[in-house]
Amino acid sequence: MDVTGLSLTTITLFLPMVGLAILLFMNGETQKANLKWVAFATSVVTFFASVLMWINFDPSASDLQMVQRNTWAEISLGDSVINVSYFVGVDGISMLLVLLTTFIMPISILGSFGSHIFEERGREKLYYIFLMLLEWSMIGVFVVHDLIIFYVFWEVTLVPMYFLIGIWGSEERIYAAVKFFLYTMAGSILMLIAILYVGNRSGTFSTYSAGGDIGVIERVRNWEGEGTYWDAVGPEGESEDAGFLFNSVESWLFLGFLVAFAIKVPIFPFHSWLPDAHVQAPTAGSVILAGVLLKMGTYGIVRFNLNLFPEATVAWAPTIAFLGVVGIIYGAWVSYAQDNVKKLVAYSSVSHLGFVVVGIFALNAQGLQGATLQMVNHGISTGGLFLIVGMLYERWHTKEMADYGGVWKVMPLFGGISLVISLSSMGLPGLNGFIGEFTILLGSLGSDYLGFAFTLFATLGVIMAAVYLLKMFQHVFMGELKRPLSSEALYKLSWSEKAAFIPIIIMIFWMGIQPIVFFNMLDVSVDSIVALFVR
Amino acid sequence: MFESPTIAEFLADSNLHSTLPATLLLTWTLILVLIDLFAGEDRAHWTPVAACIGLGISFLASLAVYSPAEGERIALYGMFIADAFTGFLNMVILVATLIAILMSWDYLNRADIHRGEYYILALISSAGAMFMVAANDLIVIFVALELLSIPLYILAAFRSIKNDGSELSLKSEESGMKYFILGAFSSAFLIFGAALVYGATGETNIPQIFSVVGAIAGGTSAATFYLLIGVALLVVGLGFKVAVVPFHMWTPDVYEGAPTPVTAFMSVTAKVGGFAALLRVLVTGLSVLVLAEGGAAVWQATATIIAIVTLVLGNFVAISQRNLKRMLAYSSIAHAGYIMVAVSAAGTAAVNDAATQSALIYMMAYMFTNLGAFAVVMAIEREDGSGGEIDDIIGLAKTRPLMAMAMTVFMLSLTGVPLTAGFVGKFMVFASALQAGLFGLAVIGVLTSVVSAFYYVRVIVNMYLRDGSGDLQPALETPYVRWAINIALAGTLIFGIFYPLATNLVGMVSIA
Repeated sequence: MDVTGLSLTTITLFLPMVGLAILLFMNGETQKANLKWVAFATSVVTFFASVLMWINFDPSASDLQMVQRNTWAEISLGDSVINVSYFVGVDGISMLLVLLTTFIMPISILGSFGSHIFEERGREKLYYIFLMLLEWSMIGVFVVHDLIIFYVFWEVTLVPMYFLIGIWGSEERIYAAVKFFLYTMAGSILMLIAILYVGNRSGTFSTYSAGGDIGVIERVRNWEGEGTYWDAVGPEGESEDAGFLFNSVESWLFLGFLVAFAIKVPIFPFHSWLPDAHVQAPTAGSVILAGVLLKMGTYGIVRFNLNLFPEATVAWAPTIAFLGVVGIIYGAWVSYAQDNVKKLVAYSSVSHLGFVVVGIFALNAQGLQGATLQMVNHGISTGGLFLIVGMLYERWHTKEMADYGGVWKVMPLFGGISLVISLSSMGLPGLNGFIGEFTILLGSLGSDYLGFAFTLFATLGVIMAAVYLLKMFQHVFMGELKRPLSSEALYKLSWSEKAAFIPIIIMIFWMGIQPIVFFNMLDVSVDSIVALFVR
Repeated sequence: MFESPTIAEFLADSNLHSTLPATLLLTWTLILVLIDLFAGEDRAHWTPVAACIGLGISFLASLAVYSPAEGERIALYGMFIADAFTGFLNMVILVATLIAILMSWDYLNRADIHRGEYYILALISSAGAMFMVAANDLIVIFVALELLSIPLYILAAFRSIKNDGSELSLKSEESGMKYFILGAFSSAFLIFGAALVYGATGETNIPQIFSVVGAIAGGTSAATFYLLIGVALLVVGLGFKVAVVPFHMWTPDVYEGAPTPVTAFMSVTAKVGGFAALLRVLVTGLSVLVLAEGGAAVWQATATIIAIVTLVLGNFVAISQRNLKRMLAYSSIAHAGYIMVAVSAAGTAAVNDAATQSALIYMMAYMFTNLGAFAVVMAIEREDGSGGEIDDIIGLAKTRPLMAMAMTVFMLSLTGVPLTAGFVGKFMVFASALQAGLFGLAVIGVLTSVVSAFYYVRVIVNMYLRDGSGDLQPALETPYVRWAINIALAGTLIFGIFYPLATNLVGMVSIA
């Protein structure tokens, strides 16, 4: 059974492709000035389309909404026939992340309006084409509910990002781009094996049931002949069954998916591609990377690992959450040791996403809601931080903290904005960062699967965040101006730079002061996942 | 004494019309000899044009004869089988030949080695490949293999002397010689293997071998012993043709030395022919050769080992290559490894057809992508054959953006990134391996494709990301080369984006 009517999700998903098509037919030389406007307009229209989705979104419904499903291929393998379908739709978690994507995109395009990279590297047309391709594939990752099509979108995000880093990045860009490509590919290709296995065994690749067809999630539960965790341990978990971790197919499949997502997040110890990629990427690239791309990993864990393999999730939860805590502390620690502003912000991502991981594997409503909100928060505030670093670099052409100082004096507005964003990132109550982190800590404390120690050490991370972010702020913005610029005019923020900050600031306060709007969106979707883990 | 049949009886009995695509092409080639003879020097372009017409005719005949609905038909008294498998691979071979000829016109003139015989040889070779994919008998496999190979030996050495008689390239001479000696050697293995299988079973016809093997498998008679040795020798002989490890030694030298269009052509047709024969012999003929009741075929373990060493060696050695043609040579070894994964999966009874289908899809994807990559390499080569080093393409994206874009797509497809045909191929191959229960093989397959990403991406890095400019040839290529690239690009993208297309095309294939 198919739900074939054109859904709003499809429209939103393919709007960036319209922009891409227009860009493709423009002349890169004669219409140079218009390229950015086409890209910007497309991303704004896409944003409004996603807002329209939000308006249509019913937070009290537990099913996917705005669904479209067309059977695309029936692959016959031996005796079985496997369905591949174009299956899109959103629940609360998807909705929020789609909004994040379409929100970050115009901002990052605005952020590259006045950039000097085009004077050096040129190829503006290609740049915007890749941004459009990236937006399309990122939205795709969040709305698609067919494992194969998901994999397609997942892999396609690699290509534009690889080029964004490789062509318009800074000095070490080639190394960083290749490393980024190989790392993520290595992870995701293991996921492909797991996907193929699951699809093969289930006879379909659709994750959710739709229109009479039973989805993978339900089918996996009914696999026969597996000593599942519940069988071995019982929902009450009287005894630990060590054999389950490495002896069951389910556990291996869980790991197959997890490796792909863990590299993308990145969960310690898979993070080593991230500082390179972040530091070398152009500003828009860093913003998107931190803002959206990393969330694909955590989203994947929530959507696939938790839903498909609840038993394995329970079995592995303490281990992964432990890695999350290590990531929090380690990221913060290394971040503090950096002299390079951009690297500092990059490592702070490792730390912040550690919170998300802990929140997810708390496996209760608070943890999962907090984790999802933290994904959005991190996207907004770290995206903002990368914008700040980018604007500093455009003016001073250095990323070394020692070269800065006293920026606040000459750029008062910019300094004020930076302070707000830094405070949001360190989790000041009243701003958005606090809500996410607080809820996660609450969740981990009340978790059936994690102990008190997880909360304790995670909380340390909050303090450490304050330390390294304040250090950065102090070195860059306070004190005496070390390197005055050649002309006074350079101190002014251009209109596009100001415009890029406005939505960020609005969101920081809105999510900080009225988080209930966003919690409401998540409630039902999160509950349906958490129901799997209630003891 | 036999009574000789009338022509009408012969046509009816032999079912000759089912062989039309291959026989028409061969007949056309004979006409081509005459055309070339009378065309003269100022009408030299007649030969390639006529060759393309011949390919078109054969393609139409293929479409007409192999409508999958009609099922399989035996022709030439059981020697020749026309089924969906044959039909599909015929088209792959014909498109490959077309692309290779489009590349050749430009190349031959540039190097001043244009001779009409070139096209004739190429067409004979592709007719040989078409017979090979339709072979239903060990004898036909051998004859078709020779028909496929002998023209290739000559073509590989085509660059050695210019039209004005001066010596051009020693490497090409070496390439032809090496290919000939090792090819002859491998033919000997093949024919010896066929002889042993005949000795053990008393049959050369593949379906009949199947019925006899069913009776003697599992026994400990001498027949089983000879059968096993015979099968091993057949695998060795065909393994040479498709260049799987450890029978790959000739590949890099031959590929590097041969004229680039010939390299492209033989990297596809020889592999398609070889794998088709391998699948027919192993799956159709010997799938019942099992040790235990209900188990996988005996040759599955061998195929698995070959696949693993091929994947590992091909991909890792490709990393250290600086010459693009050599790199593509090792990459083609690696791709033979992926097809071998499918062959291996076909050893499990329930997955016979699925694995065969995935091998076919992989071959088609490989055909488009590999020919495209070679076409780009050819277009940037200089007259003397130099200029194909990996550093020579630095900055190609600036000087020739469209070609760089096409090359990027080909490299991504060879890596197996979604939305390209290469992904569909890998997807199907790994799916069938999993279904056959070969988890380790599938995991090694995906891990080695990450390794392959390293050297494919390096090409993209050089084209787009490196500053400066390599020793680039100014654009010399004629529109024909661009057409070759465009066809390959279109195939790579269309079959990549609309992948139901590929799976539907092979949906009827069943050779078990």
